[in-house]
Amino acid sequence: MIDRRLFTHFEWRILGVVLLLSSIGLLNLYSFTSNGEGTLSPLFLKQILWLGIGLVVMWAVAFIEYRYYADFAYPLFFIFLLLLILVYGFGVITSGARRWIRMGSFSFQPSELMKIALIIALAKFYQKPPDRKGYSLKELSLPFLFLLIPVLLILKQPDLGTAIILILIFFSILLFVKIRFSSLLLLMGIGASLIPLGWSLLKEYQKRRILTFLNPELDPLGAGYHLLQSKIAIGSGGVLGKGFMKGTQCKLGFLPEPHTDFIFSALAEEWGLVGCLVVMGLYFILILWGLRVVVQSKDRFSAILSFGAVSMLFWHTFINMGMVMGMMPVVGIPLPLLSYGGSFLLSTMMGIGLLFNVSMRRFLF
Amino acid sequence: MIELNSQRLEDFKERYPYLKIFAGVTFLLLFLHLWYLQVFKGSEFRRLSETNCIRIREQIADRGMILDRKGRILAQSRPSFEVFLIPEDLKRNPEVLGKVATLLHLPLEEIEEKLRSEKKRPAYRPIKIKSDIDWNQLCLLESNLIHLPGLQVDVMPRRFYPYGTLASHLIGYLGEIDENELKERRDQRYRIGAFIGKSGVESFWEKDLKGVDGGRQIEVDALGREIRELGSVESIPGHNVILTIDLDLQRVAEEAFEGKNGALVAMDPKTGKILAMVSKPSFDPSVFARVVSPAEWKELLEDPFCPLQNKAIQGQYPPGSVFKIVTAIAGLETGAIHPHTQFHCNGTFPYGNRSFRCWKEKGHGTINLHRALVESCDVYFYQVGLKVGVDAIAYYASELGLGKKTGISLTHEKTGTVPSTSWKKKRFGVPWYSGETLSLAVGQGYLNSTPLQLAQLISIIANGGKIYLPQIVERVENLYGELIREYSPVEIDQVDISEETLRIVREALRGVVHDPHGTGAGCALKGFQIAGKTGTAQVVRMPEDFKRGQLYRLPLKHRDHAWFVAFAPYEDPKIALSVLVEHGGFGAVAAVPIARKVIEAFFHLPPSPPEKGPKDLEEGEYD
Repeated sequence: MIDRRLFTHFEWRILGVVLLLSSIGLLNLYSFTSNGEGTLSPLFLKQILWLGIGLVVMWAVAFIEYRYYADFAYPLFFIFLLLLILVYGFGVITSGARRWIRMGSFSFQPSELMKIALIIALAKFYQKPPDRKGYSLKELSLPFLFLLIPVLLILKQPDLGTAIILILIFFSILLFVKIRFSSLLLLMGIGASLIPLGWSLLKEYQKRRILTFLNPELDPLGAGYHLLQSKIAIGSGGVLGKGFMKGTQCKLGFLPEPHTDFIFSALAEEWGLVGCLVVMGLYFILILWGLRVVVQSKDRFSAILSFGAVSMLFWHTFINMGMVMGMMPVVGIPLPLLSYGGSFLLSTMMGIGLLFNVSMRRFLF
Repeated sequence: MIELNSQRLEDFKERYPYLKIFAGVTFLLLFLHLWYLQVFKGSEFRRLSETNCIRIREQIADRGMILDRKGRILAQSRPSFEVFLIPEDLKRNPEVLGKVATLLHLPLEEIEEKLRSEKKRPAYRPIKIKSDIDWNQLCLLESNLIHLPGLQVDVMPRRFYPYGTLASHLIGYLGEIDENELKERRDQRYRIGAFIGKSGVESFWEKDLKGVDGGRQIEVDALGREIRELGSVESIPGHNVILTIDLDLQRVAEEAFEGKNGALVAMDPKTGKILAMVSKPSFDPSVFARVVSPAEWKELLEDPFCPLQNKAIQGQYPPGSVFKIVTAIAGLETGAIHPHTQFHCNGTFPYGNRSFRCWKEKGHGTINLHRALVESCDVYFYQVGLKVGVDAIAYYASELGLGKKTGISLTHEKTGTVPSTSWKKKRFGVPWYSGETLSLAVGQGYLNSTPLQLAQLISIIANGGKIYLPQIVERVENLYGELIREYSPVEIDQVDISEETLRIVREALRGVVHDPHGTGAGCALKGFQIAGKTGTAQVVRMPEDFKRGQLYRLPLKHRDHAWFVAFAPYEDPKIALSVLVEHGGFGAVAAVPIARKVIEAFFHLPPSPPEKGPKDLEEGEYD
């Protein structure tokens, strides 16, 4: 079954990039979880374990021929949807949100896997090409359902970050596969007209919450304070950084959740502009390679599949970095391969696995 | 296997350059912003990070007041000066610690201990080392502030209860928020160390009373002094809560309990509004407005009279003869008896291999329902109980609100217990014995009720069968006296009991107070019609040879509880109340005088010496 040519077409250099980013992530995690007494923190050890699992999953996802994903796209989607619904019955509440399913000592977020399931389902749907003008709104009712159900479920958890990522992946793919221009205008018109209507329906405190979300400076004691501390962390790193294990902002507890969403601030503080450039360069290489995989693919399904995976990686990277620098609203969107978190690492590895999968088979069939 | 489609792939290829440009531009934007932060503003941010000088000064919202129905302040906030130290600043100025210890007359070790215990918190967070310092200390600190970097004195509101222990259970108290409460109220922005209502109105109306905390984000210099303000949020004061209780009546009721423990609930039978609610012994809620020492907690929790428990809603006692009202209603409604049904009482009632006693050793003779209620004959109701059966009694008890929460807006209300055959089967796994029906018929055995439930029961009798939700809050107003919310009376249900039955019972209850042999004659007031029912709740079973008059022979904790429920005036009830005196002995002796004082005060009657009761009273033999 496994063709020897697969190995000749495997892009080892890209695997190197992935491993390099993961190592930087571990190093960074080590830096602020270490307590100076020489013992490794459980957080750090757990992440190593997850990384191991992630790499295995990545290989597995890469080696299963993608035709099978096309065959089982919809059942797969339904299984993950069920898992998402299960969260309501058996979910564990952490930090006020019900997102997790517990299996033994590992907890696990089905919403993360939903991203992959959505990409596969959409690739399957769009593999039948539209007419010259693109898809019409009527044809798009099923994909919209694919988006709407999980998004509503995830918003209810509540997990705004993941919901936003799903929406961004969906619309990226929609534009990629070509939607009718008139339909696009109509969609934008509907969206624009819904905003004032929805706004007027909101209660005062909800409006306030959205406004602070869009502009954290309005809440100088909460989100604004955290953002300011994040900016201080990044800015104080300067060109060369304060040095490994010398970051004070996150060590002293000024940064909120420094190991997940604000990991980049911790990195920037210790490694400065130089370190950030290296990391951003690696991400850029990964994304450009992903785009090349897209154009080299031999069929619509694999092209859309790989495009979905690239867009997932791209939006995560762009929004996370933008948010910790204060360029955009603070939503809980982690940074691929650097942020702590097992489920997120798995979905990232699956996305990269899909890219490897398509890339390896670009000369087959 | 699905056929993979390769049509129109050239569309995708067309997009490649644009996608590359898009990715490039976004990464360029990120890079430019990074450049701006790290190079252009790098030195400024480095300075800010090295001095760690962005601080948040909290501004706690003024908590709303709690007032009585006439606007008298029961709970309010006063300013208190609190002293904090900031560990981050102390690192650079370690000598400050010793100076502060001297100025505050605190042992140095105590301060160091406090700082150590908070090690896990971020070092820039102020840690409270002393609260509510007096004026002299404040002046001393303020004038030396320049020499004490890392010291911070803040004004914080502190809860104050002008009437001390008065209505303490109803008002409740505050305490530092615990971990569970923090989790539950995650969306409401409570901070560690914040004060939150722990019981009573303070807890149930927390949302209204609290207000919204504000604060300021400031930059400080190396000595901890403020250089500039970066942003601020004004705090919003909480709302005022106006209670239904009347402070004057509350005071009379509490004073009437002098030297006794127990509970009292007085309510308006036509609206369900609570006029007074007493639980004795009481506590001083001001104690909790600061951090309570473990020793003080221990003392309060280990007090055998449970001062923290609100006995009016949490105390569960057998209702004793008060329950004969329910047995009588069950008898009349099921048709088991009619008003003229007669039974004979010779002082005891043999049943099974036991002999059940009447409280009156010589017996009541042959009597009808009216006299049986008026004189509280046990033997009469044993027989009614047997005719009606346990489940019918249980039905009417629950119809009258026993065995379930009244739904009053106070936390930890207890349900009480109404036993039935199915209840016993479920609870103990054994069938009901008919002998137990006898105990139930006179309000003993498994039966339990709270003083609030009995106040509601007598209200239902008084108002002709309407169940009102007991209410303790009249309305909520904002700081300026504008109405935020008003609570109008809520009629929950109309009981399934005929008007005629209720009339018969009411008449008998008037007899309890006004007939010559009535057990509640001690409550009679000149020219004023009152209806009521006494009760005595057994705590332990009496030895066979025990005479009821010899109460003093028993240790206090084994003495019976005394009950009295009443409403007045008889024709047009304005007040209904239940009185429970823990280990008070007989209802007629211990509970009736308390009720009389409250009714006198409510109708502004001149206090009068008790009218002469029946001669039995002097023998102390009343039930």
